[in-house]
Amino acid sequence: MFDDLRDLYQEVIFDHNRNPRNFRIIENADRKVEGFNPLCGDRLTLYLQMDGDVIADASFQGSGCAISTASVSLMTEIVKGKTEEEAEELFKKFHEMTTGKDENFNLETIGKLAVLAGVREYPARVKCATLAWHTLDAAIKNEQQAISTE
Amino acid sequence: MTQYDVRKIRQDFPILDEKIRGKDLVYLDNAATCQKPQAVIDSIVNLYSHDYANVHRGVHTLSVRSTDKFEGARTKVKDFINAASEKEIIFVKGATEAINLVAQTYGKANIKPGDEIIITAMEHHSNIVPWQILCEQTGAVLRVAPINLQGELIYDEFEKLLGDKTRLISVVHMSNALGTINPVKKIIAAARAKGIPVLLDGAQAVPHMTVDVRDLDCDFYAFSGHKLYGPTGVGVLYGKQALLEAMPPYQGGGDMIRKVTFEETEYNVLPYKFEAGTPEIAGVVGLGAAIDYLNAIGMDKIAAYEAELLAYATEKARQIKGLRIIGEAEHKGAILSFVLDKIHPHDIGTMLDSLGIAIRAGHHCAMPVMDFYKVPATARASFAMYNTIQEIDVLMNGIESLIEVFG
Repeated sequence: MFDDLRDLYQEVIFDHNRNPRNFRIIENADRKVEGFNPLCGDRLTLYLQMDGDVIADASFQGSGCAISTASVSLMTEIVKGKTEEEAEELFKKFHEMTTGKDENFNLETIGKLAVLAGVREYPARVKCATLAWHTLDAAIKNEQQAISTE
Repeated sequence: MTQYDVRKIRQDFPILDEKIRGKDLVYLDNAATCQKPQAVIDSIVNLYSHDYANVHRGVHTLSVRSTDKFEGARTKVKDFINAASEKEIIFVKGATEAINLVAQTYGKANIKPGDEIIITAMEHHSNIVPWQILCEQTGAVLRVAPINLQGELIYDEFEKLLGDKTRLISVVHMSNALGTINPVKKIIAAARAKGIPVLLDGAQAVPHMTVDVRDLDCDFYAFSGHKLYGPTGVGVLYGKQALLEAMPPYQGGGDMIRKVTFEETEYNVLPYKFEAGTPEIAGVVGLGAAIDYLNAIGMDKIAAYEAELLAYATEKARQIKGLRIIGEAEHKGAILSFVLDKIHPHDIGTMLDSLGIAIRAGHHCAMPVMDFYKVPATARASFAMYNTIQEIDVLMNGIESLIEVFG
């Protein structure tokens, strides 16, 4: 019945939505930033534990749609062990992929995150996927105030 | 449903033949905006093709024709809501501007520090923010009458708020997020006893029921044209003549003046005093055509038909496991807001869209209502006179299927 949506709602996304990874609070986290998408009411709090410039641990709390939950869940998995610079590089790539501006974007260069490429076809849902990464970006830049997709 | 031929009505709305992602369109976002009948579309095309010029300006033929159509629409609006005079019908951009107009003219002239303005907890942002701005400007205090879990105004609590300091009450006639129809006559009677003026935000009410401003005895009534099957960019502020006469103008410019010198300006008479600049002429004419169209069908018949749609949809929705209806007021218009267990409204919206079904997912510009129900957003199916029982079946089947997919 929902054949048209298979690109958007891949099984991996349903899996992360049902069982989000790193869905917990890091007590005494080095970085804690809130992300908010006022349009849909998605809210998340991202926690980072740093080891020098390496992200030693990442976790989140909050509620959102399947796309935003899967996106933040995947992100916390993938950035663990990465340096701030590497994480920023991934954010840039993720942004390129989801906004669909680069038609020749190579999905193989972005690993697991490629499951979120489907949002390109749904402009109204791009912000759901990018909220997590904008929040991470703010955390890396050590911005304290809550960030918003608007 | 005799005497109400929904199939014939549907034929008047060309957009209902659109295919969305290969499926028949099921348009259930009518509380956001309604689709337009051919008669409204034609009225705009005809105006621009044959009768268009600026209004109230020239002696030439087209200006006269354009003015006749424009002022003719004002009379139609006056009759539609049973106002006493055309002087009480102010054309604005929409319900939002109508409320802002009252806040910035009546409000600024009459509200003093410490005065109180009462709204309810179910208001649209457009009936919250203009008053917050006014309170900031004047030092007045905004008081909010609470609602219960059914989504009804707790009337006793509202009445307790009415006091010596209350200077204005602004209440939604029918809630866009919950569908609740407020006991506005009772509210107005209580306010009248204390000499407090009442504004009704009628953006959702006018398309769904007969509205008679004299029977209601409200002081101001605000609504938008585009939710009444008319064009965007036009709305109406009704105000009692004596109040409007006493109010300072809203914006300065052409059309709202009688005489201008650099020393002083004499304002025009009602309703022009509040209509600075060239108005949305085609929008007003289109709104007039929409009112003609609705009158030909009959608002009472539309209300009765939509009540059947809502009752059917509510009954079906209650049978779906994991679905919670948000807003179950006893007195309710054709709006079904709901949430599903563990499925975010935006996912519901995208999934239903792939089936051709247009619903709204979000906070419906009523964030305090979302906070009250402790949900980030709701999914909302809102019905109009052209929707059918079959479309509700398509919606409910879609909801059941997506629950299965999300598992």
